[in-house]
Amino acid sequence: MKQKKQPERAAATLPKTPTGITGLDEITLGGVPRGRPTLVCGGAGCGKTMLALEFLVRGARDFGERGVCMMFEESADELTANVRSLGFDLDKLVAQKKILLDHVHIERSEFEETGEYNLDGLFIRLGHAIDTIGAKRVVLDTIEALFAGLPNHAILRAELRRLFRWLKERGVTALITGERGESSVTRYGLEEYVADCVILLDHRVEGQISTRRLRVLKYRGTTHGMNEYPFLINDHGVSVLPITSLRLDHKASAQRISTGIPRLDDMLGGKGVFSGSSVLVSGSPGTGKSSIAAKFVEAACQRGERALLFAYEESAAQIMRNMCSIGIDLQKHVEKGLLRIHSSRPTLQGLEQHLVMMHDAVCGFRPDVVAVDPISNLTFENNESEVKPTLMRLIDFLKKEQITTVFTSLTGGGGATVSPEDSQMGVSSLMDVWLLLRNSELNGERNRTVYVLKARGTHHSNQVREFRLGNRGIELVDVYLGASGVLTGSARIVQEAQESAAATLRTHNHERRLRQLASKRKAVESEIARLKAEADAEEAEVNFVIAQELLQEKAALQNSKTLAALRGGRGENTRLVKKS
Amino acid sequence: MNPPAPKAKRAVAAFELRLYVAGQTSKSQAALTNLKRLCETHLAGQYRIEVIDLLKTPQLAAGDQILAVPTLVRRLPEPIKKIIGDLSNEERVLVGLDVQPAKS
Repeated sequence: MKQKKQPERAAATLPKTPTGITGLDEITLGGVPRGRPTLVCGGAGCGKTMLALEFLVRGARDFGERGVCMMFEESADELTANVRSLGFDLDKLVAQKKILLDHVHIERSEFEETGEYNLDGLFIRLGHAIDTIGAKRVVLDTIEALFAGLPNHAILRAELRRLFRWLKERGVTALITGERGESSVTRYGLEEYVADCVILLDHRVEGQISTRRLRVLKYRGTTHGMNEYPFLINDHGVSVLPITSLRLDHKASAQRISTGIPRLDDMLGGKGVFSGSSVLVSGSPGTGKSSIAAKFVEAACQRGERALLFAYEESAAQIMRNMCSIGIDLQKHVEKGLLRIHSSRPTLQGLEQHLVMMHDAVCGFRPDVVAVDPISNLTFENNESEVKPTLMRLIDFLKKEQITTVFTSLTGGGGATVSPEDSQMGVSSLMDVWLLLRNSELNGERNRTVYVLKARGTHHSNQVREFRLGNRGIELVDVYLGASGVLTGSARIVQEAQESAAATLRTHNHERRLRQLASKRKAVESEIARLKAEADAEEAEVNFVIAQELLQEKAALQNSKTLAALRGGRGENTRLVKKS
Repeated sequence: MNPPAPKAKRAVAAFELRLYVAGQTSKSQAALTNLKRLCETHLAGQYRIEVIDLLKTPQLAAGDQILAVPTLVRRLPEPIKKIIGDLSNEERVLVGLDVQPAKS
C-alpha cells in the first residue's frame, strides 16, 4: 500500500524515464531518473549489456527516444548479433538513425603515454554522436574497460567524474554498466560518481541451478522495491518479475466454474470452484492428479475459454496421448488454439526463473485457466523457506489476473511418515481448494479415493469418494461405508453383491412368513367353524331334550288328570295333582 | 590544418603524423610545440604533421579511435602507433614513434 501511494508524489518531484523493460519500471515506480546517469552493475554474464541495450531499443522503438550506445568491449557487429537473439533488430534501428552504435576500442599496447592529457576526445565523440541523431538515451557499456586501457587512473577518475557531470548537463538519460567488484559495488568504484540510481544484477547458482536476480540498490529521491527480483532473458528481452504485491486486494468473483467432473462439482457444493481461485490437487504417485488437471483444462476449453498447461513431467505429445486413454482429447483444443501446453524440465532453471517464464507465458497467452503439473517438481531443488514466497508470488499474480489455477503436487508414497495434510510445505495455506487423492490398499488391490480437504467459501462434501479412471473418463463413485469400514474397488463390489443377495433373501423370507400366517389364519378359521358347528349341534340336542322333557311332563299331567277323572271327583284329583 | 612542415612537398614523407587536439588549449599548444621541436631534431626532412581540431571536426574522432587529447597518431610507417599526452617526455615519444634518436 505504502509503495503504491508514493509514486505519484515522487513522480511529481523526480521525472523518470521508462525503461520499457517488463517489471523493472514497476520496481522503480516509473523507470530510471530522467536526465541522469544510472549504474547497472553485476558480474560476468549477468545480463548488464542486454538490459542496457533493451533500454535503448525500447526507447527508440516504443518511446520515440533515440539512443547512443558506446561500447568499450564489443564491436557493433558483435553486439548486433548478440541482441538479435532477443528479437531486437539493431541494424534496422541503426539504419533508421534511431540508434547509433560507437565502438571505442582501446588497446593498452598501442598506447604510449607522455605527460598530461584529458578525455576530451571521448567527450567530443559522445557529444557528436548524441547531436547526430538527437539522442535522449545513452548507454556506456562497461566504461571500466578504460581502466585497463589507460594506465593513469588518477586522470581517468577525474575525467569520469567530469563525464558524468557532463552527461547530466546534456540532460541525457544514461545507463552505465560496470563490473561487480569484490568488496565494492563495482570493481573501480564507479558508484562514487554515479550516485543517483544503482541497479545490481546477480547470477547465482544453487543446487546446480542458476537464477538471475535484480535489485535496485539505491535510487535517490524516490522509493523503490527493495527486494531481489528474479529476472529472465528470453527471446522477448529482459523480464523482471516484480512480485512484491503482498497486497491482498484481488477481486473475488462469485462466478463458479466446473471442474469437468460432475460428481466432483457435486462435492463442491454442486457448482464447482470459484472462478479465479486456486486449486491444489495433491496425492501420492499414480493417484490421478494429472488426469484431474487435464480434465479441468479440457472442461475450460469446452466452455470456449483459453487454458494454459505447464507440464514438468511429460512432453506435450505424451500428455495428449496419455489423456486420450481416459477419453480426454486435448489435441483438438491445441489445434484450435484454445490450449497451449508448455513442457519443460524442472531442472532447466531455478524456481524463480520458472515463475518468470510462467509469468511471461501467462501475460502472452492471457488464459482463463492455468494448470501446473506438478509444482512439487519445481520445488524439488529448493528449500522450503524459498519455495513459499516464490509460489505465493505466482499465486498472487494469477489471482490478480483472475485466472483459475490448478496445481498438482506430489506427496510421498504410501509409506510416508508425514500425514498428507502436513506434506504441502505451507503451500496449502495459499490455496482455496484442496483435493486430496489417496491410494487405499485392501485385499491385494489399490484403489483411488478422493476427498475435499478444504474449499474456501463453498459447501463441500465431507465424504470420501472412490475415484475411477476408465476409458469413459473420470468417475466418482460412492464408497461403501459399513461396519467393516470404508470399502473400495472390488471389495466394494463384493460387499455390494453380498448386500443385494441378503436383501433378496430377506424378501423371500418375508413372503414365506406371510404365507405361513395366512395358512394359520385359515386353520384357525376352520377350527372356529368346526366349534361353531359343534356348539350348534349341542344346542340342538339340548333343545331336543328340553322339548322332550316338556312333552313328557305334559303327558304325565294329562295322565294324572285322566286318572283322577277315572277315580272320580274333580276335587280329589285336583288335590292329588297339587300334592304331587 | 595544413601541414606546417616545409618538407611536405616531398612525394612521400616517411613519417606521417597526425595530432588530434580539442581547441587551442595550453595543452594542445604545448603538444604541438613539443612535437615540432622533436621532429625537427630527429626526423628532419622525413615527416609530415597534420593537426586535427576535434572541436571543428568531431566526426574524425571515431576513425582513429581517439579518446584522449592530445593524441599523436603515427599513420606511417605501419603499424599505427598512438601517443597520448602533451608529449613532454621526449624520450618516451621517440620510443612511441619507434625513432632512433639522431644524436644523443
